[in-house]
Amino acid sequence: MAKLPLEGVRVVAIHLVWALPYACQLLADFGAEVIWVESLQHFPRATRGLMARPPKELVPMLGSIGRGFPDMDPGERPWNRVAAFNIHMRNKHSCTMDLTRPKGMEMFKRLISTADVFVENNAVGRMPKLGITYESLKEVKPDIIMLSAPGYGNTGPYNKYVGYGFNVECVSGFTSLRGYPEDAPTTCSSTFWMDATSGAAMPFAVMSALHYRKRTGKGQFIDFSQSENLMQWYGESIMDYTANGRVQGTLGNRHTSAVQGCYPCQPSPRRIRPEVFAPKDFADDQWINISIFNDEQWQGLCRAMGNPEWTKDDKFADALSLYKNHDELNKHIAAWTRTQDKYDAFRILQKEGVPSGPVLDDKDVFADPHVKERGFFQEINAPECGTHLYPGLAWKMSKTPGSIRKPPVRVGEDNEYVYKKIMGVSEAEYEEMAKEQHIGMDFI
Amino acid sequence: MDQALSDVKILDLTQNIAGPFCTKYFADYGADVIKIERPGEGDPARRSGPFFQDDPDPEKSLLFLHLNTNKRSITLNLKSDTGKTIFKELVKEVDVVVENFSPRVMPSLGLSYEELEKINPKLVMTSISNFGQTGPYRDYKASNLVQEGMGHAMYSCGIEGRPPSKLAGSAMEYQGGAMAASASIFALWAKWEQGIGQHVDLSIMEANLTSIDRRAAGLLGYQYTGIVTGREPLAQMGILPMEIAPCADGFVALLLLPEYYPGFLRMLDIPGLGDQFPNLFDMEKKGEFEAIWRPWVAERTKNEIMEKGQAQSISITAVYTTEDLVKSPHFNDRGYWVDIDRPVTGKITQPGAPFIMSETPWQAKRGAPLLGEHNEEVYGEKLGYSKEDLVKLRESGVI
Repeated sequence: MAKLPLEGVRVVAIHLVWALPYACQLLADFGAEVIWVESLQHFPRATRGLMARPPKELVPMLGSIGRGFPDMDPGERPWNRVAAFNIHMRNKHSCTMDLTRPKGMEMFKRLISTADVFVENNAVGRMPKLGITYESLKEVKPDIIMLSAPGYGNTGPYNKYVGYGFNVECVSGFTSLRGYPEDAPTTCSSTFWMDATSGAAMPFAVMSALHYRKRTGKGQFIDFSQSENLMQWYGESIMDYTANGRVQGTLGNRHTSAVQGCYPCQPSPRRIRPEVFAPKDFADDQWINISIFNDEQWQGLCRAMGNPEWTKDDKFADALSLYKNHDELNKHIAAWTRTQDKYDAFRILQKEGVPSGPVLDDKDVFADPHVKERGFFQEINAPECGTHLYPGLAWKMSKTPGSIRKPPVRVGEDNEYVYKKIMGVSEAEYEEMAKEQHIGMDFI
Repeated sequence: MDQALSDVKILDLTQNIAGPFCTKYFADYGADVIKIERPGEGDPARRSGPFFQDDPDPEKSLLFLHLNTNKRSITLNLKSDTGKTIFKELVKEVDVVVENFSPRVMPSLGLSYEELEKINPKLVMTSISNFGQTGPYRDYKASNLVQEGMGHAMYSCGIEGRPPSKLAGSAMEYQGGAMAASASIFALWAKWEQGIGQHVDLSIMEANLTSIDRRAAGLLGYQYTGIVTGREPLAQMGILPMEIAPCADGFVALLLLPEYYPGFLRMLDIPGLGDQFPNLFDMEKKGEFEAIWRPWVAERTKNEIMEKGQAQSISITAVYTTEDLVKSPHFNDRGYWVDIDRPVTGKITQPGAPFIMSETPWQAKRGAPLLGEHNEEVYGEKLGYSKEDLVKLRESGVI
């Protein structure tokens, strides 16, 4: 039987928050052995929760990211129970060592000597301060590959700038190109799109370097600037400036040439969602996206709406007129969508060949027949969280499929395996290190 | 100069954004990517804006120029029998075929993975599609906007009471492409290590359902708590700004946690301000505090505010426009922007390396190809066709 595609690749990670953890999730889902080095002395904020031990009554105040404990209860070890972070922890191994003490660093180097790749996305300067540099790792593992992924890259005048991903997205130009046209960017929501884009491309960077090492025996250092990778996502907008001197802004939900929008649908009585503080009625928060790229799709939309009289108006006679009269067209389309359930409208429109789709909230996705049919969600029983459905694999491979083999990893869960099996540490030394609080499962 | 993927050969049938972005990663790091385009028309991205000097010429699409660096272009009509035969000849010696047609197209051309596998048993074929190669929506039509709503977390982006708000540009399609690049190299690794070829089915919807930008967190959060994530405002930290605010020449992002309060006071540098606002959580003073910092911000430029904020190590940054990016000392210092020369459009400044590899750097060996620019070179080199052969193929509508 075929192995997992990345079986045999060992990656040691000191990763934070979302970008690199997501990349390591992809590597681990497809068979790489990802060993996350944590430290009981250092609670990684926004990586295993917003606080190490939030009081239960504070939980509703922690926002969508911080509050996601099973039944909103932080439990005994809150750091093993946060949805926003448990999503990327499956299939990984966790070991603990205090990197600020010589014994911890000695063990870290020992682990590196068995690794193919070391990855980190800490603030610039934090790793060197601990004594971890590409040069120092090369001394213990000459062909090591190191990927370092700070927001703005390792060099340059902004490399030590402080901020969240949202800040870096602002400096990368991403925020200037989105949001409601009437008052952007002041009303832009906080997004973490840069984390997603980094997570998608970092595994490619790592595997490219591994392939080169296999051919030549040489390791290397990858300076992964998350902002510079993100800027690839709208290169054409940047080039509209470099080639034409035009500074693009936001189009809201519109398109440069297609006619499109996000239109309101019939309220759905099924959708009263539990809210953080009190149940709230979001029944009328139902939407469908529709895009019209050509005449054929416009005719499809007309048929779907039952060919109403207004569609025959000269204002909507051809693609140019449609675009010119976009505002008015939107009102007409919305008048129709308001009478439709979003899924009904979706099916009617697709039958007529119109690019369209409901805006799915979290609950909708679990009920979607296509998502179900493809078996996307997978049940995982996590020791401290119970059994839930988790987002599954990002893609399907016909002969060496990825898999979920291990529940979201708890802090220090794999200490025995990492210390004894990988590094060959004796029972006595292991006990000593546990006593010294290098090894354990609870933040201090 | 040897690059990381110099020995990798790819036949690229992709078009528009997702597929070409996938193969751009490969081409930019050294792979030999042969882009197969439809004779006469080429990749539909050639007809998408923005255009160089706003001239809608198929050789002047900036979208196409951005996405197709370092690739070679040949034309081939896959609907003709001769075209299919030629394609199958080319498949014999490549590592990867990437395509992003709708799922019925390759099988209907007789070029399904099962067919191609017979010619090249270790072939990796990556199929990128909106909803995947199977399932009830496989033939459905989508757009980037549709993907935002279905795959990604558009529902929770924006302001309650207004419609959900999409991200910038064609984010979903780009994301599908980048994920497909990682997926393809994983499959290549299985080929190199285990000698296995296979078919990769990348659904843009599913790739985005795993997205670490709120989507996956929201989905699991719903499982854990029963709460559906809505369009929630940024959590305010007492009287401190947590917003994007207008300044003299644009906007700045001030995203301040309580621990940044002393730094914010130092940045504003107004005598007695700390005494005037001793309690950060005294919400009654929010308006009064705003009346002080808003004008301070409004009078200064984004770069000035960013520098002053960063000097205090607090999370204040500029909101850059595309113009600011190109002029930014940071990205210039890092050498991010590269001038790429090509026929028709001449030299244009483009985004350079998405990441810097110390041994095997990103290179711009050539700009995006003209339609069929490499017919003679590729057909000669791979299949030994002469100029006369190519004339015949042209006349019969094959290339």
